[in-house]
Amino acid sequence: MGLLSKKDVKLITDPLADNNPITIQVLGICSALAITAELKASLVMGIAVLFVLGIGNVVISLMRNIIPSKIRIIVQLIVVAALVIIVDQVLKAFAYELSKTLSVFVGLIITNCIIMGRFEAFALGNGPWRSFLDGIGNAAGYAIILLIVGFFRELLGSGTLFGIPVLGDPIEKTGLYATGYENNGFMLMPPMALIVVGLIIWVQRSRNKALIED
Amino acid sequence: MGLKEKLHKIKKKYEGKKMAPAFNALHTFLYLPNETTHNGTHIKAADDLKRTMNTVIMALVPCLIFGMFNAGYQHYLALGEINAANGFLGASFWTLDNLIVGLWQVLPLVIVSYGVGLAVEFLFAVIKGHEVEEGYLVTGMLVPLIVPVDIPLWMLSVAVIFGVVIGKEVFGGTGMNILNPALTIRAFLFFAYPTWMSGDKVWVHGAVERDQAIAAGQNLDAISGETILGAYAQNNSVAYDYWDMFWGLIPGSVGETSKFLIVIGALFLIFTKVGSWRIIISTLIGALTMGLIFNGVVDAGWIGTSSKFYGLMSVPFWQHLIIGSILFGAVYMATDPVTASQTNKGKWIYGFLIGFISIMIRVFNPAYPEGVFLAILLMNVFAPTIDHYVVQGNVKRRQKRLKVKTA
Repeated sequence: MGLLSKKDVKLITDPLADNNPITIQVLGICSALAITAELKASLVMGIAVLFVLGIGNVVISLMRNIIPSKIRIIVQLIVVAALVIIVDQVLKAFAYELSKTLSVFVGLIITNCIIMGRFEAFALGNGPWRSFLDGIGNAAGYAIILLIVGFFRELLGSGTLFGIPVLGDPIEKTGLYATGYENNGFMLMPPMALIVVGLIIWVQRSRNKALIED
Repeated sequence: MGLKEKLHKIKKKYEGKKMAPAFNALHTFLYLPNETTHNGTHIKAADDLKRTMNTVIMALVPCLIFGMFNAGYQHYLALGEINAANGFLGASFWTLDNLIVGLWQVLPLVIVSYGVGLAVEFLFAVIKGHEVEEGYLVTGMLVPLIVPVDIPLWMLSVAVIFGVVIGKEVFGGTGMNILNPALTIRAFLFFAYPTWMSGDKVWVHGAVERDQAIAAGQNLDAISGETILGAYAQNNSVAYDYWDMFWGLIPGSVGETSKFLIVIGALFLIFTKVGSWRIIISTLIGALTMGLIFNGVVDAGWIGTSSKFYGLMSVPFWQHLIIGSILFGAVYMATDPVTASQTNKGKWIYGFLIGFISIMIRVFNPAYPEGVFLAILLMNVFAPTIDHYVVQGNVKRRQKRLKVKTA
């Protein structure tokens, strides 16, 4: 395989499905519920976490032998905080509207359990290259669920995808709305995100029985 | 060969096959229960799940029939084609015209509710290889009674699918559910399509269509029918007197308007020991208590007439029972044996809190004047906790007694 050995590929592909941080480890639920009402916000959030976790894992992995274990949580927090601030500033500079939609949730990436979890569980015990792949894989697994949830919530809740109307105009009653269809306001509320995540978990576990714990 | 033998043969033929649960369900629905106890039990009773459910349905039928007449009555009354009925037996109420409108509007709701709900149940039974449970019989009857007459049928179907799957099947089916499925369906409709579940247009058949016709340029008068709660929440007065509210000659969800028939249904349920009188009574006590507290607040002059809560707070406490659907909720929803508390002491706490919180939501959140369904869903979640503490309290008390004896 050259660049990627079989083990390395597994590092990326595992978290996408069978070891997904949201649906299997049930981490990072908070942001998954809060910002998935729009697909665009989900995508940006996914990219932000991809950036933070990819770089963060490498940094922690490089420092893993010099961090005293007693203060490792503090060191990890500083690394995440620095990366999150970079993301936040970039968003504010180049996508101000979006950063207002995401509001505190960009800052709250710091407390996203997936990130601290990967630092603790993986980066502290593995080399930088493997840590990088692991970070990318887990963040991608997170992003995929965000996108799936965001897709259904935005499509059924607002009738749009990435802000583009796909079902017609709800006020002018064109397209699907002409037949009496209406947007589902419940989809825009966080409880529905929880239910959608639950449904994804349900589908996933009924397809792969090995994932069902007693 | 009779139908029974035919079904029996089919059942034998499909035994162990994938579609077996579907045929078994038809068989048990029409003839006999799935399993009966043969030996080893010490409690003998003739009623099974199905009979219990049929009893509730019988208690609901008067409300349904009244709801049909009321749908037509409100429609024609709003159009100004008939005079207001004077009392329960008023001449302009029990007319064929009213019934026809009612049948035309309400029967589709019943059919959709049962059709979609049972289809989901059958589907799940076939997938899981379980027997079909009769759990949807009561839910299917309750759903048409707690929605506005003009709700679009596709919305109802979506809500029923959601309610049966999320409210019941994910927890393991009939008897395992935490939330009352009928209320899950209503909650879904309420949050998903609020324009069809609240306001002053949806409660009277034809009001929405009339609005659309006016918007299209026809020269017509708008008709509307606000619920009494909606009017009070905006500090408006209403044109109905207390007897109208009690008999049910008011706009509202299909089956919840007639307090008189609900009381009769309640007596029937209590007499047949299907509904728990503890829950019904304690819910009403809870509602009255909260009503009294609010009346006290108004009497003490703590809030003025300018307050946005004044309208509902100053409603005499006993009137809270005849406006809105607290009575319907207390009798048919809160008493659901699966989702309610099981212990007797727990039932008192459970019911009291339902009544208490219902009136609290009703008064404090003008956006949700009908807080009953939220209160019942909330207490559904807490029912197992209440039971746990009641049982633990009992265990502790008896342990103490044991210690005193042995010491």
